Amino acid sequence: MEVFKKTNGLTDAPFHYCPGCTHGIIHRLVAEVLEELGVLDRSIAIASVGCSVFSYNYFNCDAIQAAHGRAPAVATGAKRSMPDNIVFTYQGDGDLAAIGTAETVHAAARNENITVIFVNNAIYGMTGGQMAPTSLPNQVTQTSPYGRDVTLVGYPIKVSEMLSQVEGATYIERVAVDNVKNIKNAKKAIKKAFQNQIDKKGFSLIEVLSTCPTNWGKSPKDSLLWLEENMKKNYPLGVFKDRTKGDE
Amino acid sequence: MAKVTFREERCKGCGLCEIACPKKIVVIAKDRINQKGYHPAIITDQDACIGCAFCATSCPDLVITVEK
Ligand SMILES: Cc1ncc(C[n+]2csc(CCOP(=O)(O)OP(=O)(O)O)c2C)c(N)n1
Ligand code: SF4
Ligand code: SF4
Ligand code: SF4
Repeated sequence: MEVFKKTNGLTDAPFHYCPGCTHGIIHRLVAEVLEELGVLDRSIAIASVGCSVFSYNYFNCDAIQAAHGRAPAVATGAKRSMPDNIVFTYQGDGDLAAIGTAETVHAAARNENITVIFVNNAIYGMTGGQMAPTSLPNQVTQTSPYGRDVTLVGYPIKVSEMLSQVEGATYIERVAVDNVKNIKNAKKAIKKAFQNQIDKKGFSLIEVLSTCPTNWGKSPKDSLLWLEENMKKNYPLGVFKDRTKGDE
Repeated sequence: MAKVTFREERCKGCGLCEIACPKKIVVIAKDRINQKGYHPAIITDQDACIGCAFCATSCPDLVITVEK
């Protein structure tokens, strides 16, 4: 009996991600959930701009590639015109929390019935490791070589905390993929976010703390430790908003 | 008995499976490289495997299949 085999929710195309980059784990979790919920044949992925720009080659469903930051707006159009389809975005922190902040906040405010997978690796990966709005205080990046100076460039944007204050939003949770236990919890959260859409409950966003070994300048193993020690202090895990309670 | 197989040509040698294995039987083969140019992960003692699939769960590149 197979205990673990590749999900049909992914194509067989090898990922282009760097060695040890946890984008691959998050892709797999989303794909497994789509397969398990039986919605693969009616799902539409909205790919964003960032390292995951080619996610449309990997998810075994239809896909649209949105302009930088605009995935929630594209998802809104797709979902409203085809309400029986399951529509989700897959976005990095540069995409969702910088150029796409407006689209994100307003999709949440409208309680669009979409699922947002938000991969927070605290840096701009694709473009070579510049500081992101989510980079930690004192974090060294290509554009903050002496560490992020909060007196000059401000503090990190905490997307889950911020969106938990948006009245419309239905479900907001932050998870991580740095060990087996957390990977399992992350999958549960992602499943909940898709189930909410199936049940027409509205806007669900799962923030996933992820690594970028290449631009963090760390080995894949040390990157997991850095996530554990530094990212979780700034970005605590947990459910930040849940308006589905009570209707169950 | 549990059996772990690797699609070795896809492995990027990142070692995340190695740190996940509770039995410490997954290691990076330093003595050879795969088609991609990475040292691939291998299992050193198939008989000691408990089929927990922690290795496969931690692999970002869908290299590992676990059977029991
Ligand atoms: C309109 C526009 N502005 C800027 C860029 C350059 N750009 C490409 S990806 C990216 C940010 C990527 O970072 P993130 O969203 O965190 O994803 P990651 O690569 O880290 O997964 C930027 C600024 C672009 N492609 N288009
Ligand atoms: S640059 Fe960073 S986020 Fe992009 S694939 Fe490489 S490790 Fe992953
Ligand atoms: S299935 Fe478990 S025991 Fe077997 S190699 Fe993988 S992690 Fe180790
Ligand atoms: S986690 Fe996957 S890609 Fe990384 S070394 Fe192990 S088998 Fe290879």
